[in-house]
Amino acid sequence: MSIEINGIRKTFPSTGSGQPAFVALDDVSLSIPSGQLTALLGPSGGGKSTLLRIIAGLETADEGTVLIEGNEATHLPPQKRNVGFVFQHYAAFKHMSVARNVAFGLEIRRRGAQRPPWTPGGRAARERIDGRVEELLELVHLSQFAHRLPSQLSGGQRQRMALARALAVEPSVLLLDEPFGALDAKVRKELREWLRRLHDEVSVTTVFVTHDQEEALEVADEIVVINEGRVEQVGTPDELYDAPTSDFVMGFLGPVTSLDGRLVRPHDIDIDLSGAVPGSVAGEVVRQLRVGFEVRLTVRPAAPGDDVTVVLTRAHARELGLEPGSRVWLTTNPAVRALEGVAAG
Amino acid sequence: MASTASAGRLREPTAVRWLLRLVAVGYVVLLVVWPVSLVVRYTFADGLTALHSAFTDPLVTHALQLTAMVSLLAVAVNLVFGVGISLLLVRTQFPGKRVLSALVDLPMSVSPVVVGLALLLVYNPRTGLFGRGLDAHGIQVVFATPGMVMATAFVALPLVVREVVPVLEEIGDDQEQAARSLGANAVQTFRRITLPGIKWAVVYGVVLSLARSLGEFGAVKVVSGNVMGQTQTATLVVEQKYQNFDQSTAYAAAFLLALASVVCIVVVSVLRPSESRES
Repeated sequence: MSIEINGIRKTFPSTGSGQPAFVALDDVSLSIPSGQLTALLGPSGGGKSTLLRIIAGLETADEGTVLIEGNEATHLPPQKRNVGFVFQHYAAFKHMSVARNVAFGLEIRRRGAQRPPWTPGGRAARERIDGRVEELLELVHLSQFAHRLPSQLSGGQRQRMALARALAVEPSVLLLDEPFGALDAKVRKELREWLRRLHDEVSVTTVFVTHDQEEALEVADEIVVINEGRVEQVGTPDELYDAPTSDFVMGFLGPVTSLDGRLVRPHDIDIDLSGAVPGSVAGEVVRQLRVGFEVRLTVRPAAPGDDVTVVLTRAHARELGLEPGSRVWLTTNPAVRALEGVAAG
Repeated sequence: MASTASAGRLREPTAVRWLLRLVAVGYVVLLVVWPVSLVVRYTFADGLTALHSAFTDPLVTHALQLTAMVSLLAVAVNLVFGVGISLLLVRTQFPGKRVLSALVDLPMSVSPVVVGLALLLVYNPRTGLFGRGLDAHGIQVVFATPGMVMATAFVALPLVVREVVPVLEEIGDDQEQAARSLGANAVQTFRRITLPGIKWAVVYGVVLSLARSLGEFGAVKVVSGNVMGQTQTATLVVEQKYQNFDQSTAYAAAFLLALASVVCIVVVSVLRPSESRES
């Protein structure tokens, strides 16, 4: 296990009179495996960023311990933890070129780098650093921008620079705080895939924070769902999606609707026009909405209860000849797991 | 450019615009340009003789040297403490922070004469709280250079802080945290990341406080004792020469002070655009 988190508690003091103190993390324990890409997923304000910053040493926990690669790190300052940190808003060093940004950590850490270049030791160190910077810029596809200032790069390029800068010091863990949060949707998708490929290449233990469940499901080997300062569930994307242990996890990882008192995914509901299937719920289609290749139906059950959302493909909907007013019977595939005992409403 | 176009449409009618300009320009001319230009005219009324006699008067040259030394020392003190206090105010949380922030502004509102008297109460060698102890060790603060530097530094204190604080707030602490996580310690982070970020604000604050320090009169007059040829600064010489009917020398010294301030302002206005180009 690469990162061991034990009993972390963090409370932020109240910001004004009458306001209670805010509990960001409440007794969080977690093991993050080596060499994997782990996502901390949860809604905004749920404490996931605070946890990441505590791992990095940018924030101190009130209670609990942090072990990084087996070393006690709870009270180490950030510069001694050997972690790379990537910020949501890049935190580029604005007055330095891209190459100098990437070289920063190397210059600070390597001995001799501070010496003037005309001394033998100084020149050798300089050449080593320049070589490494070149490699890293190659890795993040920024070689041709080495001499530009960060302000002359796009958001995606800046974030790739920040990633190269964090990787330069060969950290034992790489921490990314909402790395694609400030980018537009298209760039975010590209960079997401690119991060996955990069991780397969360098395979450094990586933890990234996100509130986007699609991003977590697509990129991560393991997902930790955090809500209101607690760990809700830990597992692979498949485990979390197929076998959520709470309403919250089920609701957060994808769309849900309630059918006959059970929480199910709208696309796991089958539609039947005969009413012959035992245990099916009768209802009437009240609204039909087509979005691209899928059709979303709102069905009002005959028995009193909330409206049910059903999603099916366009072809399937056409085949059934559905339109508002159609009578339908809804069933869930028995192979599909759903959460039992959810109170309707 | 759409914004300028819409702003143009929202403008006042031409007549009102010209009236506003006339009022603003007239105000500045009557209050600043005309009086200062008169000082220049009187200085050069007899060609360079006034300036020449001023530069050959040992009282004046000593006062100018003293002013330069006191100002530079006060600016150096303010540079260190101003940047330090700014970092403290922006980057840290502690009880009483708002009180400190308000205290920094105090010299702006308190009359310099009050500052001088207050320093006198503390450092007076006969009755002052610290003054007696320091005097026993042979250290003289009041009626000597240390007291004058203190009075000048006090008066110019907010100028550096008020320049640096907003810039520190604007650049945020992301870059500093990134530097820390990359292995830089506090000193390296300050030297390589924070300082380049606030560079122009610091320069601007220093130039402003230099201009302010050169012109300080009230606090220094109380603290220095105004001893001719010893603790008399340029502003005090101007007053004394004027009262002794040596008006041409008074104008010459006043002209030199005004010139130094104008140079400061020119330096600042040259620096300003380069600052905005950076960001």
